[in-house]
Amino acid sequence: MATIKLENLIKTYGDVEVLHNLNGNIEDGEIVVVVGPSGCGKSTLLRMIAGLEKITSGEISIGAKIVNDLEPADRDIAMVFQNYALYPHMSVRQNMGYGLKIRKIRKQEIERRVQEAAEILGISEYLDRKPRQLSGGQRQRVAMGRAIVRDPQVFLFDEPLSNLDAKLRVQMRLEIRKLQKRLNVTSIYVTHDQVEAMTLGDRLMVLNDGVVEQFGTPIELYDNPETIFVAGFIGSPSMNFIPAEYTTKGISLCNGKKLKKNLKYKGKISIGIRPEHLEEDKKGNINIVTQMVEQLGSNSLLHGTLQDTDIEIVASMPGHITAEAGSMVSFSAKETNIHVFNPKTGKRLG
Amino acid sequence: MVQNRPILDLVSHLVLIIGILIVALPIWITFVAATHDPLRMTQAPIPLLPGSYFWENFVTTLFGKGLSGAETAPVWRMLFNSLSMAMMIAIGKIAISLLSAFAIVYFKFPFRMGFFWLIFITLMLPVEVRILPTFEVVANLGMLNSYWGLSVPLIASATATFMFRQVFLTIPDEMLESSRIDGAKPLRFFWDILIPLSRTNIAALFVILFIYGWNQYLWPLLITTNSDMTTIVMSIKQMLESAEQQPEWNIIMMTALLAMIPPVFVVIAMQKLFVQGLTETDK
Repeated sequence: MATIKLENLIKTYGDVEVLHNLNGNIEDGEIVVVVGPSGCGKSTLLRMIAGLEKITSGEISIGAKIVNDLEPADRDIAMVFQNYALYPHMSVRQNMGYGLKIRKIRKQEIERRVQEAAEILGISEYLDRKPRQLSGGQRQRVAMGRAIVRDPQVFLFDEPLSNLDAKLRVQMRLEIRKLQKRLNVTSIYVTHDQVEAMTLGDRLMVLNDGVVEQFGTPIELYDNPETIFVAGFIGSPSMNFIPAEYTTKGISLCNGKKLKKNLKYKGKISIGIRPEHLEEDKKGNINIVTQMVEQLGSNSLLHGTLQDTDIEIVASMPGHITAEAGSMVSFSAKETNIHVFNPKTGKRLG
Repeated sequence: MVQNRPILDLVSHLVLIIGILIVALPIWITFVAATHDPLRMTQAPIPLLPGSYFWENFVTTLFGKGLSGAETAPVWRMLFNSLSMAMMIAIGKIAISLLSAFAIVYFKFPFRMGFFWLIFITLMLPVEVRILPTFEVVANLGMLNSYWGLSVPLIASATATFMFRQVFLTIPDEMLESSRIDGAKPLRFFWDILIPLSRTNIAALFVILFIYGWNQYLWPLLITTNSDMTTIVMSIKQMLESAEQQPEWNIIMMTALLAMIPPVFVVIAMQKLFVQGLTETDK
């Protein structure tokens, strides 16, 4: 069990800086999901914690120990890779026990721990098979088993579910969550899938271009996104943004319509409203010209443009709706559901 | 293709059978010649059916003094020499190129690519080209008429190094990273992961290199003056020239027959791995 401390982490490849002065604390027993678009540096961060990438400057500590100069094997971590990285010539049993064997742990002890981990993961019957005789989900379990038997202070997951099909991914996501809570091991999980991030993480670290945009619980990120990037990244379908201006009379949208909200700011703003927070309201001021409707069964997505503009808006409406292309639908939104950002800095205003 | 075209079937079988006959005929003649007495072999036409002297020829060839009048070592000795040389070359080449490929692929050191190209360039310098300086070196080291002298100058292999490099490059980096997290040091990784993963390639290369070593002619001819050290391939040729009398075809052919057996045995024993090694892409 351990806390992880990241202090002023910088990583450069040649002249290119990919992580800029990154800070963060991960609490004991917590699972933190590092999420961001590809190329944001999230995998690099994980590999730096694992010891597979050199740290350009800054400090990483696991527990009370600074691990900057320790070999991966000496950091007391276990990592689950995207492509599982199982040794193809070894049986499941050997794969899981390999790390223990190198650490010169007694045979009976290895066998006991492998059995135990296999039972937790439900792979006891596959112990003598080779990885290629297993399905994707089973291989994923073996990869996790290999991490569990080591009984490390920290689990690191590098997009472990992205090679699985959608249904299995949902199932494995829940299992990882349950397992992590049961073993109570501090974990860092990297993914680009925001749904996975929301469901799995105690806290989320949203990374963009090597900078932490926001670090908080999933609900914090959903309710109070600190930046336009986080607002757009978290939630599906993603938030609608409308350019606007704030005057003493309230928000004035770019098509001249007014919205109510209290702000201590004057000038150009960008407002964001989630599709599910747009409520159909005949007297509403957000008027959308319908382009098409997507029926998802439990709800429907109305795609259209804001009246008199070509700003695309998506509204999520309960049940089945019908709307002709070209017809206009009016919406309103609660004041608390209107997010206001500074369009220049991308920071939240209210 | 599953098609029912009897004429095509017939033609393809015919072509195949003719091909087999062309390849097999010399071997058959060798075998037949090895089963007759020397007198019969000097008479025309040469026999096409086996005679009754197989065991006699076999024993004379393998354990006797070889050709009457010529001072050659018994053939079992030559077989042993050839086998030692071929094994040393094949195993030595594989061990050295595995290690050098490991160094080139997995370690960062100054002039890494430079060394790689240096190794690669030696492909342009086969034994025949560097034969004089090599002989000089081997002679100065006192390795004439020894197994070391037979094998060491042929033991470095750019082809094998290059091949193992390619094999190692196909092994995903995660395999290395995963073993690093498991705590494997480089040599442990080499032994536990790389070698088992290259098993089929090693087998394929072993077959090729064993035959290469077995078939060496020029180099053993140069550095072995002692008849105890002659290899079987070079002595077949010597047998033809040495005797002032009629060549004893039955003995020569029996020797040739014996010379063929080890490579054939290696190919058959390793066939499954050999094919896998050349075709397998899944790592």
